[in-house]
Amino acid sequence: MTSVSVKDLSLNFGNISVLKDLNLEIADGEFLVLLGPSGCGKSTLLNCIAGLLDISDGQIFIKGKNVTWEEPKDRGIGMVFQSYALYPQMTVKGNLTFGLKNAGVANDEIERRVVRTADILQIQPLLERKPSQLSGGQRQRVAIGRALVRDVDVFLFDEPLSNLDAKLRSELRVEIKRLHQKLANTMIYVTHDQIEALTLADRIAVMKGGLIQQLDTPHAIYNHPVNRFVAGFIGSPGMNFLDGELEVGVSAVVKIGEMPVPVDRYTFNGSGRRTGPTVLGIRPEHIAFGDSAGAMPFSHEVDVEIVEPMGSDTLVWTRLDGQNLSFRVDAERPLQTGDRVRIGFDPARASLFDSATGNRI
Amino acid sequence: MSDPAALNVAASGFEAVAKDVSDPRGAKPRRVLSRRNIFLYGTLILIAVYYLLPLYVMFVTSLKGMPEIRLGNIFSPPVEITFEPWVKAWATACTGLNCDGLSRGFWNSVRITIPSVVLSIAVASVNGYALANWRFKGADIFFTILIVGAFIPYQVMIYPIVIILREIGLYGSLWGLVIVHSIFGMPILTLLFRNYFTSVPEELFKAARVDGAGFWAIYFKIMLPMALPIFVVAIILQVTGIWNDFLFGVIYTKPESYPMTVQLNNIVNSVQGVKEYNVNMAATILTGLVPLIVYFASGRLFVRGIAAGAVKG
Repeated sequence: MTSVSVKDLSLNFGNISVLKDLNLEIADGEFLVLLGPSGCGKSTLLNCIAGLLDISDGQIFIKGKNVTWEEPKDRGIGMVFQSYALYPQMTVKGNLTFGLKNAGVANDEIERRVVRTADILQIQPLLERKPSQLSGGQRQRVAIGRALVRDVDVFLFDEPLSNLDAKLRSELRVEIKRLHQKLANTMIYVTHDQIEALTLADRIAVMKGGLIQQLDTPHAIYNHPVNRFVAGFIGSPGMNFLDGELEVGVSAVVKIGEMPVPVDRYTFNGSGRRTGPTVLGIRPEHIAFGDSAGAMPFSHEVDVEIVEPMGSDTLVWTRLDGQNLSFRVDAERPLQTGDRVRIGFDPARASLFDSATGNRI
Repeated sequence: MSDPAALNVAASGFEAVAKDVSDPRGAKPRRVLSRRNIFLYGTLILIAVYYLLPLYVMFVTSLKGMPEIRLGNIFSPPVEITFEPWVKAWATACTGLNCDGLSRGFWNSVRITIPSVVLSIAVASVNGYALANWRFKGADIFFTILIVGAFIPYQVMIYPIVIILREIGLYGSLWGLVIVHSIFGMPILTLLFRNYFTSVPEELFKAARVDGAGFWAIYFKIMLPMALPIFVVAIILQVTGIWNDFLFGVIYTKPESYPMTVQLNNIVNSVQGVKEYNVNMAATILTGLVPLIVYFASGRLFVRGIAAGAVKG
């Protein structure tokens, strides 16, 4: 059953079109992440779903009910903001109960829900404190509690972890995932952090310029990006792009300069097999190095230019046909600038894009 | 790396210096009487004295008797301190037919200032809140008109307002003056509140909307408790402005309801008899006392409120 459905949604500010004919179906209990660079319209879309922005065209349904013209409070949503947005003059308890009091919920019911929420998020000792007496992580937990206490079907998260430091961010990320498994509510989560997207999502919608570029599982988005933008946006360090020429004869090859990369093992999209300028994308972690490189369908000797140790592994920069290329090696491998090494990869793991359109072929 | 004490011992072997000038370390020594300090504090003190001198002259003159004043030593402290001029200024000085001093004007000013301050701030804070948080159609035009209003010299509006007040039957009454003060305070106060509420994070407002709070609930329960500093600023601006107003007071009220400033003018500028400088000085200080007290009592909050617009959160 669909929980949230967005139909042909458009939003214009004056002459500027922010969202264009957007369609989105979110299943009951699904965790959907809206991912994209700043200005792509992901937060705007979330605000439209919440009813905080009036849309220009289209419809929004939540739990089968048309809520296009409903006030935020009547949509059955709870929202968590990036800046926590806790009411500074109220205690934690006051923050949790503000919405319930506005809705006229009975006192004993309010009490019951506060206890339950505090229990789930382990914030009982904080109930009488003011937001200014809480740490960042505690504040965000209270903000999540404020959505939780409303007993709603759909949770909206607007970059909830962006204001936290790296360590807390990864802790709360796990906690949000645990919360989702426990409550099984529908959650829509906006972020620009691809790690959050990949770790949390059932499905990711990658957005750019007010359009959804790709809507799929994290695995599919990571391994089969539909275009160069998605391929470059997902993954850290980013995917390598090599300009080449696709030649389809007895067997298909991509010529990178004079080097032929056999791509017979690559799964082409229906209409993709045709000669022409092509970009070959390969992730740094899919490039083999040393002895195992020779066994790959494509391998070549290269010079090490820069070595970037990253703790668990090391990123090595080199050049293939004059084009920058990075690959990951085990941190224990002693590599130095100037070393000559053999690298190779399996084109089945690569992605090929049309040079002109940037679309996957 | 090595023990600093040992190093010192080694160094003292060469020369027994307490502080090695060639090897600076720790806090830089600062001279109290540096040229910069003398210049800085000298200028500050000079300017402060320059501004405080008239107040000093007023104060000592108000404590002298008339014979002593006639000697002409305006800077000398009083030989015989007398509070007679203060009593006279407050209770018995004559303006026209009334001989009850400034006290009448004081209470008139109180009755004008309090409702004007309350009314103007109440309306302006809601204006500012609506302009900052509820993007209604035409908000920008409305705001622009309001701001233009702040730059029109109010002298051009004096006569039209006389006519308007006469037409609605409020000319000469205290309430007419209250309305005039409230309206003239509106542009600057609205601007003040709008800017303050704009600096309140927008997500707070959104969160309150998701929580089901409406226009007034958000204003009273979320915005108002956060806006205390800016309310203090507004109160100070309005109390001093309205209390010190002379022009509107003299134009829009009748003699029996003249505010304190007008009363003061009538005492000081009365042409019959001897010029009682000591009474005039006492009356002037009495009139200026209210804004001074308001400022000293809340000066710290005032500065905080002014600065609060600049910082987020």
